[in-house]
Amino acid sequence: MATPLPQDDPSLSVEAATVVERPSTWQRVKRNGSVRIGGIALAILVLIALAAPWMGTVDPSLFDPASRDLLPGKAGEITDLDGNTFEHTFRFGSDSFGRDIYSRVIYGTRVSLVVGLATAVVAVVFGVLLGLCAGYLRWLDGPLMRVMDGIMSIPAILIAIALVALWRGSLLTVVIAIAIPEIPRVTRLVRSLVLTVREEPYVEAAISLGTPTWKIMLRHILPNTIAPLIVQGTFIAASGILVEAILSFLGVGLPPDIPTWGNVMAEGRSQFNEFPHNILFPGIFLAITVLAVNILGDGLRDTLDPKMAKRS
Amino acid sequence: MLAFLGRRLLATIPVLLIVSVLVFLLLRLTPGDPAAILAGDQATTEQIAQIRENLGLNRSIPAQYLIWLGHMLQGDLGQSFYYKTEVVTLIGQRIEPTLSLALITIVVAVLVSVPLGVLAAWRHGGWLDRGLMAFSVLGFSIPVFVLAYLLIWLLSMRLGWLPVQGYVRLSNGVGPWLYQLLLPSITLSVIYIALIARVTRAAVLETLGEDYIRTARAKGLPEAKVLLRHALANAAVPIITVIGIGIALLIGGVVVTESVYAIPGLGRLTVDAVLARDFPTIQGIILFFSFVYVLVNLLVDLSYVFFDPRIRY
Repeated sequence: MATPLPQDDPSLSVEAATVVERPSTWQRVKRNGSVRIGGIALAILVLIALAAPWMGTVDPSLFDPASRDLLPGKAGEITDLDGNTFEHTFRFGSDSFGRDIYSRVIYGTRVSLVVGLATAVVAVVFGVLLGLCAGYLRWLDGPLMRVMDGIMSIPAILIAIALVALWRGSLLTVVIAIAIPEIPRVTRLVRSLVLTVREEPYVEAAISLGTPTWKIMLRHILPNTIAPLIVQGTFIAASGILVEAILSFLGVGLPPDIPTWGNVMAEGRSQFNEFPHNILFPGIFLAITVLAVNILGDGLRDTLDPKMAKRS
Repeated sequence: MLAFLGRRLLATIPVLLIVSVLVFLLLRLTPGDPAAILAGDQATTEQIAQIRENLGLNRSIPAQYLIWLGHMLQGDLGQSFYYKTEVVTLIGQRIEPTLSLALITIVVAVLVSVPLGVLAAWRHGGWLDRGLMAFSVLGFSIPVFVLAYLLIWLLSMRLGWLPVQGYVRLSNGVGPWLYQLLLPSITLSVIYIALIARVTRAAVLETLGEDYIRTARAKGLPEAKVLLRHALANAAVPIITVIGIGIALLIGGVVVTESVYAIPGLGRLTVDAVLARDFPTIQGIILFFSFVYVLVNLLVDLSYVFFDPRIRY
């Protein structure tokens, strides 16, 4: 009986060696603990936002003078828009108008998540456009980046407050006002990536083949910016949610009839001594949401953008 | 050094000019009559006409900007229609509480964050390190006003250690002034501590890997001396830089903190001015804060010479 030759050993074959692959980026992202924790928390919040009408809530604008300033868990009555009065348990208590804080906080999740996402998208889209131009068009680089320096030397909250004051608060103006001070950071990031990538041999090759500039930007440069931009966008979303809450809390954000966490807290301010729950519940939701997005961002940074992880 | 100072000062002029253009355009790019916006909702036709005359609103936009810039350079930030006084006077009256709050916050934040950052880097991966990193993520996520109410509830209402709200002027004694500002400063310092501690940790961690640290340890220096004289001293530049950049964060925090703790400073003035749509005041405050921010970062740049003798301008 002939002993099998060493090359018959399956573990030594060429096929076996190639099986041991480097985990793909997506797999590394999925395995990251921070991404999991932040992602799951965020997924739950998205579910809450989507399922808001079926979570034992009432219309967040409903109020009843007979149910003012109830403590959490107290039962009271509330009147709907048709004038029917019914029993309702105020899980998080009620405010000084007799509105259900639980419903307002749950519906507020929608506003915060939309504001966070929209701010990130607006800031990233404009930042990418400006960054590509600054990095690729030499004549535009100097002037554009000086303007960005100027925007960056005005504290972000002041820009947002001033713009909302000028435009009057609505979902669109608040999102744009919060996004504008974030644009320079994205622009700088994209510009520096463009300056690095444009020196790469494959870009030089494309240029020497006569590829039009817009095509080089789209096909060769933009794909290289996606990973850092996802990371940056996540952090912008977190700060967008926070700034919207601050603006609403100060009374210069979304109109008070829109149920946002900031608005609920603004209404609870004057009564904080007797009824801390008006601030406590929306505050907890706000902190958890921002924390979840930030943790997700940290995890994404560690897996998607190792260079940036090393820098900070 | 003097030549550098001159060049560096000149370099801040374009940035400040761009800020002034942005603040100027803020009003001009808004639909509506700038004179009517500046005059406020209760203005008479004569007052609006007066402002239009003053600002040269019937001239071209660049000419309007130059007229406006001329006023600003002479220290004339305009009239607040809401407070019925010069914006410059208004800012002067409100500056003490804000400056006090900012200074105490910076002192508290540096005293807490730098030692924590050094220790975290020293015991890299240890419980203090992991705790500090968790705290830093948390510090960035808890909104400053939620934290403010939490601390008011705990330290003022439950324990009765610190006053809830208000401000005591420095002229009434350092003790009462400090006592009154302690709670707002602690609140405001949390995000700042998170920022500085994070950078301190990273910077010290990097220097701890250098050869001269190994040499210092090999020649038998006590560990405290290695950490302070060799590691921290060489990590000073990024730490100072982040303290300067963090001023922007601090100014944002001041607006909220003063509002919650009823401190009559510039932050409170900002919110009141916005609620009253008092644009001359809003413009003045933005210019003032941006000027401070640019100035602080200029000082930070200059301080590099002191913290890193290798840097020679």
